[in-house]
Amino acid sequence: MNSTETDPREAAFQDLIDADGRVEPRDWMPDDYRRSLVRQIAQHAHSEIIGMQPEGNWITRAPSLRRKAILMAKVQDEAGHGLYLYAAAETLGVSRDELLDLLHAGKQKYSSIFNYPTLTWADMGAIGWLVDGAAITNQVPLCRCSYGPYARGMVRICKEESFHQRQGFESLLTLCRGTPAQRAMAQDALDRWWYPSLAMFGPPDGESTHTGTSMAWGIKRFSNDELRQKFVDMTVPQSHVLGLTIPDPELRWNDDRGHYDFTPPDWDELRRVISGDGPCNRQRMEHRVAAHAGGEWVREAAAAYAAKRRAAEATA
Amino acid sequence: MSTEPLWEIFVRSRRGLSHIHVGSLHAPYAEMAVRNAGDVYTRRQEGGSICVVPAGAITASSPDEKDSFFDPAGDKVYRHPTFYDIPDEVRHL
Repeated sequence: MNSTETDPREAAFQDLIDADGRVEPRDWMPDDYRRSLVRQIAQHAHSEIIGMQPEGNWITRAPSLRRKAILMAKVQDEAGHGLYLYAAAETLGVSRDELLDLLHAGKQKYSSIFNYPTLTWADMGAIGWLVDGAAITNQVPLCRCSYGPYARGMVRICKEESFHQRQGFESLLTLCRGTPAQRAMAQDALDRWWYPSLAMFGPPDGESTHTGTSMAWGIKRFSNDELRQKFVDMTVPQSHVLGLTIPDPELRWNDDRGHYDFTPPDWDELRRVISGDGPCNRQRMEHRVAAHAGGEWVREAAAAYAAKRRAAEATA
Repeated sequence: MSTEPLWEIFVRSRRGLSHIHVGSLHAPYAEMAVRNAGDVYTRRQEGGSICVVPAGAITASSPDEKDSFFDPAGDKVYRHPTFYDIPDEVRHL
């Protein structure tokens, strides 16, 4: 510990962070900073591509061509977000193949939310509104993250996420203004997605393993609980416009705090889902691995074509 | 299989402007890098022209050499137009 404290490079690094400067790939950085970023960016990238599955589930059954085109554009965006993030992680000296192997081996995680099933069409609206809403709450501060490539990726992602959230809200609003059965379907979706969305911000501050160092290094700007509160404060008034009821009898405005009081999600459930025992963990992983293996012949063919071209250029 | 080569992607939003770096991606060869870059970086009409460069072909100054590269410019403020005092009544200068 003493040796790192006296390292002048570490002092210069911390000065840069404290001055709200940005760290770039070729700068010296502490090993733990690098490791912490790789873990967070990889987990984020994995979440983007696993997140394609719950929504991909409804593309063939979208109720209109308009909704289908929107859903396809959204799922395509998630693939793009995954790519931006894998590219950002690669600037830290890891390869995308390596990260995918770790995901497939269950050694790196993705967001717990994608282990819940999408049972009805209303879930597409609820995911856009709540899941993407929670993601945006998390991601907007990451645009100012101390690591340049991650921050730049997040700027692109946040611009695109705004479409995701708005299309979700509009889709739910359409259901809420429809027949009683459609309104009931929207309410049911909110009932099922509310607590898992709150859990997306991670464990409460007292139990969060990474928050302290992440904040000292300017990777995170707000704690899990702060972000969760911000999300609730933003989302409750939106639910009034929809005319839906958030499934929390304790939910009420607290004038003293200037925030809504609310029931936290079931932390035991979060732990179970993270550790692999959610409703869809196995299905998501199997599908992911099968898709990757199924694409192998395409990658092989492209590589063979590239080799053939190189050979032709060499003899030309 | 081995990782496909990495390409740095530059996009020009319209004619008359320069290509700007937007990110990177893996592709087996240049044309496919251009094609994939179109899907990844211009989904919202961000550009009309894409340029790709093999990441390995780029040589850059290192942050550690910052001083030797940029210090010589530090004491040459006379390179900026604002260095010169000109009477207010002088126009078009």
